[in-house]
Amino acid sequence: MLNGINGATTKLSVIESKAARALPTGIPQHSISLLVNNRPGVLIRIALVFNRRGYNIESLVVSPAHNGKFSRMNITASGEAKTLEQIIKQLNKLIDVIHAKDHTDEVTVEMELALIKVNSPADKRTEILQIAEHFKSQTVDLSESTLMLQVTGSTEKLDAMELMLDKYGIKEMVRTGKIIMARGAADT
Amino acid sequence: MAHKTCTGAEALIHCIHQHGVEYIFGHPGGAAIPIFDALVDSPIKFILTRHEQGATHMADGMARATGKAGVVLVTSGPGATNTITGIMTAAMDSVPMVVITGQTIQSMLGLDAFQEADVVGISYPAVKHSYLVRNVNDIPRIIKEAFYIAESGRPGPVLIDIPKDVSGALFEPNYNVEIDLPGYTVPSNGDSAAIARCADLLAKAKKPLFLIGHGAVISDASRALKQLVEKLQIPVVNTLLGKGAFPESHELSLGMLGMHGTAYANKAVVDCDLIMSIGSRWDDRICGKYSAFCPNAVKIHVDIDPAEIGKMIKPDCSIVGDAKLVIEELIPLTRKGDTEGWLAQLKKWKKQFPLKYGKQGGLKAQYVLDEIYRLSKGKAIVTTDVGQHQMWAAQFYKTDSRFHWISSGGAGTMGFGMPAAIGAQFARPGAMVIAVVGDGGFQMTLSELATAALNKLPIKILIINNKYLGMVRQWQALFFENRYSGVDLEGNPNFVKLAEAYGMKGFRIKRNADVSKTLAAALAYNDGPCIIEAEVEKEDNVFPMIPAGSAISEMVLEAPKKAMAKPVGST
Repeated sequence: MLNGINGATTKLSVIESKAARALPTGIPQHSISLLVNNRPGVLIRIALVFNRRGYNIESLVVSPAHNGKFSRMNITASGEAKTLEQIIKQLNKLIDVIHAKDHTDEVTVEMELALIKVNSPADKRTEILQIAEHFKSQTVDLSESTLMLQVTGSTEKLDAMELMLDKYGIKEMVRTGKIIMARGAADT
Repeated sequence: MAHKTCTGAEALIHCIHQHGVEYIFGHPGGAAIPIFDALVDSPIKFILTRHEQGATHMADGMARATGKAGVVLVTSGPGATNTITGIMTAAMDSVPMVVITGQTIQSMLGLDAFQEADVVGISYPAVKHSYLVRNVNDIPRIIKEAFYIAESGRPGPVLIDIPKDVSGALFEPNYNVEIDLPGYTVPSNGDSAAIARCADLLAKAKKPLFLIGHGAVISDASRALKQLVEKLQIPVVNTLLGKGAFPESHELSLGMLGMHGTAYANKAVVDCDLIMSIGSRWDDRICGKYSAFCPNAVKIHVDIDPAEIGKMIKPDCSIVGDAKLVIEELIPLTRKGDTEGWLAQLKKWKKQFPLKYGKQGGLKAQYVLDEIYRLSKGKAIVTTDVGQHQMWAAQFYKTDSRFHWISSGGAGTMGFGMPAAIGAQFARPGAMVIAVVGDGGFQMTLSELATAALNKLPIKILIINNKYLGMVRQWQALFFENRYSGVDLEGNPNFVKLAEAYGMKGFRIKRNADVSKTLAAALAYNDGPCIIEAEVEKEDNVFPMIPAGSAISEMVLEAPKKAMAKPVGST
């Protein structure tokens, strides 16, 4: 019974993760960063630019910038590459956008955080903790039957850990979405 | 600097007046009452329209006749949503406009209050920018920003939604505020290296062509453009909205290009070895099939909007900047190339493929427009709706100067022409303003006849009445085996009697023989607006025509003998 449910969960999360990365379908994924006015309504203006041109926003991180007048946005979105140039230009046209940049092929520091709640019956716990250690993740919660792990790193690293934990049954996973920053003195 | 206490609405109207606004077009309602109250003591003239859409087109017409933002004031809910078509029309054609909408009090926002509509949300994709004013102290800054955004760079509509508790709030306004727009930069001069490269390309071309769009009108580039064209002896084609940037009666002008452009303009586009767009966005009406558009010509693109560069056409050389400033910088760098053979060829085409229409049979719209052009000496401000009459007007009413052609291009909004003429006439009281409209479009906003009559505006409304929605009927005739569907305007009113019902003068033209006489009488009538109803041939078609999505070389010059393939392009 439990196995059955776990099996279903596992299957679902695989489908989910494929859709999120969108790699098998061949639709490319792009990393975009924006510096915007910290005002109501900015997010919807930005979302509309993507929506109108057939782009799906896969992840979105918004936070106040160092100067609280502005916000930083990091968007991962999938869609045709030739449309992206027009999207970036249209984003830059928005009055509330200070600048929008495509970082897809740039060398940047990328970081994402995930919380993963994985089934861990007593007999599997050591095994799971070994995997967790390998990915330098921390245990943030522990129960009779589950473990909650916190992992940070690149999207690829998080994907790899997710794949390794899949067979134990991932009950829930939350990812923050990617944040990016240009290396060196360059502006993001 | 503190000023005496006033309401938000009073500060709002004060700021609008300070900006030099003379007229506001609109319609009142509950949520806007404090603003209407502030108008009572203002020198600004409020023009009450019969529908909010009419108000937006009037503001649009005024803006296109002056280059300054037109201002609209309406109430919340349906009052606000009725402006959407007009806002979209202005956005598509880069027209400066400031639309002020009343809104329900802030504590009721999102609670489905009476006449509450999230107009900021509804209008996002159609505005250049928008504001929901939550703090009365922001009013002076927001008004300053709104006009700056609307009128600078590539102009466009700005919407300001003001909750009634904000417009009614008392405060001590500080009018000495700075705009705060860190995300908004307006390009001015072009990149000098690109301009030098452009000069070089122009000199090398044997068959160069200028493509002039609305951007050249907006930036007031006419003088510089004429100088450039005459120095280099390069022929000019213009878009529908580019009419007036370069005189269409000039010998180097080939008139309008595109779907219903002149044959010689389109032949020039097919044959040129260089095409330089100044302020045009290579719209699908002019390019047809993009993959077949000037495949062998060098393409140069001048535009103030960076997002237009490479959007439809990948240029070989692009310059982001103000058209006038770019041309002025370009002129001294250019040298005249050898274009004589090219000009001789074009002259031949002009003779060989002129715009023409049958002189026999029933009354022809083209003849009426040809005559009104002749009788008004080509000096009138012409506004239009969208459709067959618009294309015929564009073909036969040559435009020689800026602000004299006012037509809904990008949006193709029926019902635009007559209210736009009202706005243009308010802006230019001494000018002759002719609204060329179809019987279909006219009926979409005809309630504004009251506005024209009440204000005794001497606009001349020429209704090209073919009792059909003519352009759609033309498509159904040419591409859908004459299967007419939803295009018969049976039930049209008697337009002359309609004029009389509004206390206006009505004229009717039924026969070729009456055209000159009746038009002359109508043009001489200045005691108020008049309607001239021209009952034209019902099933005439506009030619030349390039089916949507086809290559320009597939232009059709006259009615084809056999059925044509359905067009692949949009609309």
